[in-house]
Amino acid sequence: MSYPQAFRYSKEHEWVRLDEDGTAVVGVTHFAQEQLGDIVYLALPEPGTSVVQFAKLGEVESVKAVSDIFSPLGGTVLEVNKEAVDHPEVVNQEPHGRGWLVKLKPGDLGGVRNLMTAQEYEAFLAADGTKRH
Amino acid sequence: MRQPPGEESGLCRESGLTLLMDQSRPGRVGASLPELDVPPQELPPDDLLRRDLPLPEVSEPEVVRYFTRLSQMNFSVDTNFYPLGSCTMKYNPKWHDDVAAMPGMADIHPLQPEETVQGSLELMYRLQRYICEIAGLAESSLSTLAGAQGELAGVLMMRAYHLDRGDRQRKVILIPDSAHGTNPASAAMGGFSVVSIPSTAQGDMDLEALSSAASPEVAGLMITLPSTLGLFDRHIREICQIVHRCGGLVYGDGANMNALLGKVTLGALGFDIVHLNLHKTFSTPHGGGGPGAGPVCVAQHLAQFLPAPVVEEFRSTDERCYRFATPEQSIGLAGAFHGNFGVLLRAYCYIRSMGKAGLRQASEDAVLNANYLLSRLRDVYHLPYDRRCMHEVVFSARNQKAGGVRALDIAKRLLDFGIHPPTMYFPLTVEEALMIEPTETESKETLDYFIDVMRQVAKEAQEKPEVLKLAPHHTPVSRLDEAKAARQPDLRWRNRKG
Amino acid sequence: MEGPGPSWPYLPNTPSDRQEMLRAIGVSSVEDLFADIPDELLNPALQLPTPAAELDVRREVEALARQNASPGGYSYFLGGGAYRHFIPSLVGRITSRGELATCYTPYQPEVSQGTLQATYEFQSLVCGLTAMDVANAGMYDGATALAEAVLMACRVTGRDRAIALDTLSPRYKRVIETYVRPQGITVDMVPFTVPEVPDDAACLVAQYPNFLGNIEDLAFLERKAHEKKALLVVSVDPIALGLFKSPGEYAADVVTGECQPLGIGLSFGGPYVGLFACRERYVRQMPGRIVGRTTDSQGRTGYVLTLQTREQHIRRERATSNICTSEALVATSAAIYLAALGRQGLRRVAELCYHKAHYAASLIREVPGYKLPFQAPFFKEFIVQVPAPVKEINRRLLDRKIIGGLDISDLVPNGMLLCVTEMNTKEEIHALRDALAWAAREAR
Repeated sequence: MSYPQAFRYSKEHEWVRLDEDGTAVVGVTHFAQEQLGDIVYLALPEPGTSVVQFAKLGEVESVKAVSDIFSPLGGTVLEVNKEAVDHPEVVNQEPHGRGWLVKLKPGDLGGVRNLMTAQEYEAFLAADGTKRH
Repeated sequence: MRQPPGEESGLCRESGLTLLMDQSRPGRVGASLPELDVPPQELPPDDLLRRDLPLPEVSEPEVVRYFTRLSQMNFSVDTNFYPLGSCTMKYNPKWHDDVAAMPGMADIHPLQPEETVQGSLELMYRLQRYICEIAGLAESSLSTLAGAQGELAGVLMMRAYHLDRGDRQRKVILIPDSAHGTNPASAAMGGFSVVSIPSTAQGDMDLEALSSAASPEVAGLMITLPSTLGLFDRHIREICQIVHRCGGLVYGDGANMNALLGKVTLGALGFDIVHLNLHKTFSTPHGGGGPGAGPVCVAQHLAQFLPAPVVEEFRSTDERCYRFATPEQSIGLAGAFHGNFGVLLRAYCYIRSMGKAGLRQASEDAVLNANYLLSRLRDVYHLPYDRRCMHEVVFSARNQKAGGVRALDIAKRLLDFGIHPPTMYFPLTVEEALMIEPTETESKETLDYFIDVMRQVAKEAQEKPEVLKLAPHHTPVSRLDEAKAARQPDLRWRNRKG
Repeated sequence: MEGPGPSWPYLPNTPSDRQEMLRAIGVSSVEDLFADIPDELLNPALQLPTPAAELDVRREVEALARQNASPGGYSYFLGGGAYRHFIPSLVGRITSRGELATCYTPYQPEVSQGTLQATYEFQSLVCGLTAMDVANAGMYDGATALAEAVLMACRVTGRDRAIALDTLSPRYKRVIETYVRPQGITVDMVPFTVPEVPDDAACLVAQYPNFLGNIEDLAFLERKAHEKKALLVVSVDPIALGLFKSPGEYAADVVTGECQPLGIGLSFGGPYVGLFACRERYVRQMPGRIVGRTTDSQGRTGYVLTLQTREQHIRRERATSNICTSEALVATSAAIYLAALGRQGLRRVAELCYHKAHYAASLIREVPGYKLPFQAPFFKEFIVQVPAPVKEINRRLLDRKIIGGLDISDLVPNGMLLCVTEMNTKEEIHALRDALAWAAREAR
């Protein structure tokens, strides 16, 4: 699995992609979905909710586990991926694409500096990433 | 278990047994009722009355066959070895059911005047005394309806005790990382936050971590003994002392009491509150998820907080009499009435028939059986804590995992041999955990069969792992799609004909 | 009798089995296995009875049972939350099967389809009866089900205040308080005549029929609750729903209730089972187990425990409830009862109760000294104001082998809550009337 170069990654296995229109798209990584197994339910914040970098954004549930999703950037929630909410299996199938979770209007873009590049994330996975929090 | 022949021939209407509403035909009834023997009375206005009652219409033989056929799709203690760790699936004596169905016990009303239920009250009083004796504590209440409700009562008693002393800062309950999920859930329902205490590599509680967590904010510790690792914590007295020194109370989850009957009392070790699971240790049938009973026992200084009601003895003229009482500062009523009496009655029969010597023998045999499994399986399954166990032994399937077989696959394969699997993936602190509790009611022959099967399965895991991964092969249904069940919940009958 | 010492029928190990196992383990005595227990505390002297045979214990319990007054010798007019109803034999015959009674919670669905499908039936029957969208596998009893409903309403609304009508069972109110107080939730009682719902209320709680036996005006209560965006929570007697409109038809949000009347013996208060049903949108906030229908790897229909992430074994301190073992076998009894009685039978039972209770009320109203203070429609229970302390009247009824009504003189002066079901014959009802008349004369 190769991790998209354009994304930035958190140690909690979320990714963020900054689009040209100024929105930030957030999802969980391929590694995270693999660890979670069959994802059955997503609990995500309503649009308009403000979120803090690395604070809880929502929850992802598999059949027998619940994991918190932490926001890789701070900002305001603009949109929730309705397709992923209705069909959580898309997060398993396309975690870096159709399975995105929310779009944010980022607060402080400087927060990106706290995230990893694809190379750094892959190195992180190789070294330490198997220990989920 | 075999599939009905219709399965292959396509004659079955569907693979599962047809649901009641789909069997329903207008006009059928499954029970008869007497004619009205009084003059009919005026019914209330129409707008208060129900127009339609969407219940099934099936005949009596259909009801009997349906539920009997359903029952045949279960594994149970009566039909299978059931070494499900931490659940104590021991044999449930049949005559206890007859006693619980006895006229004068099964058919009495919970709110009858107390002078008309002296027999039941006396029985409850005796049972209170017996379980106090077994727990080594002063007083008890039988009113809590299951283990988790006993836990909640224990947590609420901690709260009441501290508040009564004007001690309002105690917001934290300490819980070992190997605890059952009910412990933190009960603590949260009682309004507390939870701090988890790790275990050492030997499987005992980490005393250093406990000491540094023991602060004036701690209301108490909830601990299971033996632990969910099946181990008797060698520092248990020290643990109680540390908690007491910081002003906290020690709560004992009695889930694993089957190891300790008559061998040691939790009270003597320093516990303040204990709940007992009558549906585990005291042989009342588990019923596929209840009914149970989780009475609580407490040291004298907590008796005033017990859940209501308790039964007390008093003298009226020359006679010994019994009545319900509400302890002075009771945490309240646990359920609508006085506890699961039908369950209490069975536990009473168990304690009376086993007696002191029998209870002790039961625990000794339970521990012996578990250690026998430990010593005969340790060369094929990894033993994460290399020491003697109590009534259950926790293995890890990590040797097998290397070859791609998970604890789940081993469990599912056991079903093909007519054995209910051990508890899997619990405690959470053990990788690929397989927690095996044989209980004392299984013979050596059964244990030897289980050992042979477990060894055979370990061999299969190496040689033909696909057999395990596709198991079970001989059950009414194969592995079920749990993800589908959770993604598109289908939780009740609906008219699928449209 | 000579032998190796006492033996117990549930302990198959013989002394030689034990020796063999000890050898395999590599220890000389069983005490070596208990070496982690401090020596001075091992094998304490306990005050417990000596072992007794089945026959001995049976005789002992029979002797205790003879000290109880029971339906064999008495007629019953007592309700108040637990009710004598007819139980067809098939209920007990089926649930006494070991395959249903001696299994654990169905965590291994491949060998638990019996329990799972029976539970799915229970959920379906509860939904049908209450006219609600979803139901769980059952709670401990009607009171704890209601307490959990109040907690759920608080989670759903983010509010921490519950309003309950003062016609709620005092026992139920006490159980709610046990459950909600530690979480900082308050329960305020409001008069049923003026049920004001404040803006910050999580729910309005009503009993149907209420504790006094009357049918509450649910249409009115629904408006009162929903105009403040509070949930309407209704605790039911399921037998009444055979005759009266269901709370679901009044747009209730959560329905709970005591299933004991559905084929469960009185058993001095338990085990019973609580029903818990709600609107689909709240399903992930429900406490307790839920069974769902799915397919197996070969496409066959099967049943599993589902939506388990709500529960304590997964979500631990953030679970919707701590409930684990509940009352599965009792719920199965209720399902069998409802299946057997069915659409026509439940209506019949409800009508028999209704007519007999109203007939009894019409006779007692004519007895000098007795009054029926309420005019509202009632089902199978009603209040009678008696001409002497209720205790005294009841003591005299006992002399005539009648278990009288519940003493509720703390709620209604000289109030007795009488209950009449299909179990009470016309002769019993007449004998009650005569005994009440006699008791009133004697008490003067």
